[in-house]
Amino acid sequence: MATTYDIATKQADPRQDIPASMIAVENVYKSFAGHKVLNGVSLQVNQGETLAVLGRSGTGKSVLLRLIIGLDTPDSGSISIHGQDIAGLALDRMGEIRKKMGFLFQQAALYDSLSVKENVAFPLEHHRRDMPKSERVDRVRQLLVEVGLDGDIDRMPSDISGGMQKRVGLARALALEPEILLLDEPTAGLDPISSGEIDELILKLQRERQMASIVVTHDLHSARTIASRLALLKDGEVVIDGTFEDLQQSDIGFVKEFLKQS
Amino acid sequence: MDLGAAFLGSLPSGSGGTVRGRAGERPEFLSDRGSTAVAGTIPPLPVRRPDVISSAANSGTSLFNRFFEWFGSLGIFFWRVLTAAVTPPYEWRELIRQLDEVGSKSLPLVAMAGAAIGVIISLEARYSLTRFGAKSMFPATLVYSVIQVMGPVITGLVVSGRVGAGMGAELASMKVTEQIDAIETSAINPYRLLAATRILACILMLPLLTLATDACALATGWFAQALVEPLSFSQFITSGFNGATFNAFLPQTFKTAVYGLIIGLIACFQGMRTRGGAAGVGRAATNSVVLASLFLILSDVVLVKFILVFFP
Repeated sequence: MATTYDIATKQADPRQDIPASMIAVENVYKSFAGHKVLNGVSLQVNQGETLAVLGRSGTGKSVLLRLIIGLDTPDSGSISIHGQDIAGLALDRMGEIRKKMGFLFQQAALYDSLSVKENVAFPLEHHRRDMPKSERVDRVRQLLVEVGLDGDIDRMPSDISGGMQKRVGLARALALEPEILLLDEPTAGLDPISSGEIDELILKLQRERQMASIVVTHDLHSARTIASRLALLKDGEVVIDGTFEDLQQSDIGFVKEFLKQS
Repeated sequence: MDLGAAFLGSLPSGSGGTVRGRAGERPEFLSDRGSTAVAGTIPPLPVRRPDVISSAANSGTSLFNRFFEWFGSLGIFFWRVLTAAVTPPYEWRELIRQLDEVGSKSLPLVAMAGAAIGVIISLEARYSLTRFGAKSMFPATLVYSVIQVMGPVITGLVVSGRVGAGMGAELASMKVTEQIDAIETSAINPYRLLAATRILACILMLPLLTLATDACALATGWFAQALVEPLSFSQFITSGFNGATFNAFLPQTFKTAVYGLIIGLIACFQGMRTRGGAAGVGRAATNSVVLASLFLILSDVVLVKFILVFFP
């Protein structure tokens, strides 16, 4: 279903039925030092859906992800995960919600003092203390095989390439079998072949696990490959939210310009 | 000569004002003053504060605000760490790792510092005591100087330098590379995992390291004295601790737990709030050492008085 947002009224098309959503962002505003980054953003993502959030650099895409995972708080508006408003939740309570979420950072953010397998095992060691060690080892290996890295488990993050680091980051994000996956520029800084491999990996994982996913990217080709819906941000606002075909058929000048330049 | 010109340096007589304010602006208050004014025809302009005073006042207010903001943030950080530390799940493995990092790895350094201090005090004390005819007081002088004052302070400063800088830099590096954010998004409380374990390790290890410093200082102090004048070690210990009670030594040793709290708290606080990439990491490491050392010495003023009152 496509939802076209009118920038002036910031209202969705009332003819659309809006299903219950796993991630619901409603009218969120966020500023840093007086500079408005998000200016009334609203979107929803359901189970099994992948939403790609596109836009120029500096339009607040990564900030949006940080708000959804709770690393920052919005100035106003609400963000709900599984119907629960996460604003103002204490750290430990937010932790319970985060156990159902996986986050891939733009630079992977691997723990540089731990090896590849230790990085992937890290969430399991803290949250699955009931799991026998042998089972944990098997689970880590299985995750690394899933992301195509079974041969490098003892290497340190500084010894592997950027693409491999992203894969490790992805394996770590999936360790607790999340229902929601957030990916911040998963193909940023990668060569076209590696980017394609990461896209295929994300697509495969999404088909198998049916998570609600949000992918932040400026790469339209990547977004078309992995996402079922695309939302385009301009000046902190959602200009359009729909399929790629909806974007192609849109009369909005910025959308046409973005498609032309991509 | 008007007040504004005197304050700012010079104002040539007869000029309409050549003194500049901030950023090359011509201070408004000097525009029509001075010799161009004709008495009785042009009313005197109101005297305003020179611009540099306003700047200094604003800077002072800003510094004042930043000072209290820093303390306020430190207080909030401490509260978060405290609440995280007393709520399960506890991070025992990380705590043990930090005990090793703070304790075992600092031991050689504090031992060397203690050994040096022992020799220094021995040389200085022997000279002064001989001059005043109190050579027999040497063992007690060395023992009390080391255990009550020098041992704790030197241990605190050495550990502040090594551990404070190391922790500050490590956590700052984790902050700027989003590793702390990654810990948080993995539903793990970073205050519990990173800060509480490090601070507790510092609190537990400082008294033990102080004992090591004291032991090395007394050993080398005795040895330096024994090279000049025969004095057996048992004689030295008996004489040095003659009449001493636990109150004379234990509070001074355990006060270093407060030093540990200061070192760990400031290093973790500076590290976990870092911004600005590599430069930020450097600043965090430097600030951790400087601030920890400063607050350590300032706290000693309070602690010494506290001990004197409650452990006479």
